[in-house]
Amino acid sequence: MTGFADILIGLSLLIGALFTFVGSFGLLKLDMPMKRLHGPTKAGTLGIGALLMAAMIDSFLSGHGTIQHILIMAFLFVTAPISALFIAKVHIHTGTCQKPPQPSEDSQWATKAVVDTQET
Amino acid sequence: MMSPEVFADYALMIAFVAVSVSQLLAMVRLVIGPGAGDRILALDTMVINGIGLIVLVGLYQGTQVYFEAALIFAMLGFVSTVAYARFLLRGDIIE
Repeated sequence: MTGFADILIGLSLLIGALFTFVGSFGLLKLDMPMKRLHGPTKAGTLGIGALLMAAMIDSFLSGHGTIQHILIMAFLFVTAPISALFIAKVHIHTGTCQKPPQPSEDSQWATKAVVDTQET
Repeated sequence: MMSPEVFADYALMIAFVAVSVSQLLAMVRLVIGPGAGDRILALDTMVINGIGLIVLVGLYQGTQVYFEAALIFAMLGFVSTVAYARFLLRGDIIE
């Protein structure tokens, strides 16, 4: 049983190391600012998630098992998209990427159509 | 065929090397990054990799002491990233 947990720890560590490395490698290698946003997002969620999973299995293995690492994981999962969105807004604001397309001209919104049908 | 303990030890060493090398790669992007957005992204990545390194050190020493440090790093990293981006977007952090 201990050996199986050790193998799980090792696999989680290898997955986390791989994704963290791939994230930073993509940050360095890709050529456009918006493309560079892709890599570290994976490092933040999957890489750190796997490392924390290994730490959690190890804490159960050493006797005093805790699941408090889920707190870090949940916090990172919630905040990573928000910081990525803010960095994307910075890219759009400073003009280092293509401008997003204009929204289409449309006279019939879903909510507006509902209001019109209620009035008539 | 190596025993599971040896496999976990080797995996820990490989994870240390990989996360440290990623920290160095993010540092290179922090120095050469052409725009301010790239530098903010590199700082965010460095904070993430720092959390990974803290977790790995806690795993290596077999203690739970470093959990609070990792949690505070996660919170401060998010707040500082948003503050930098907000400063570039609005010219002010707290309006």
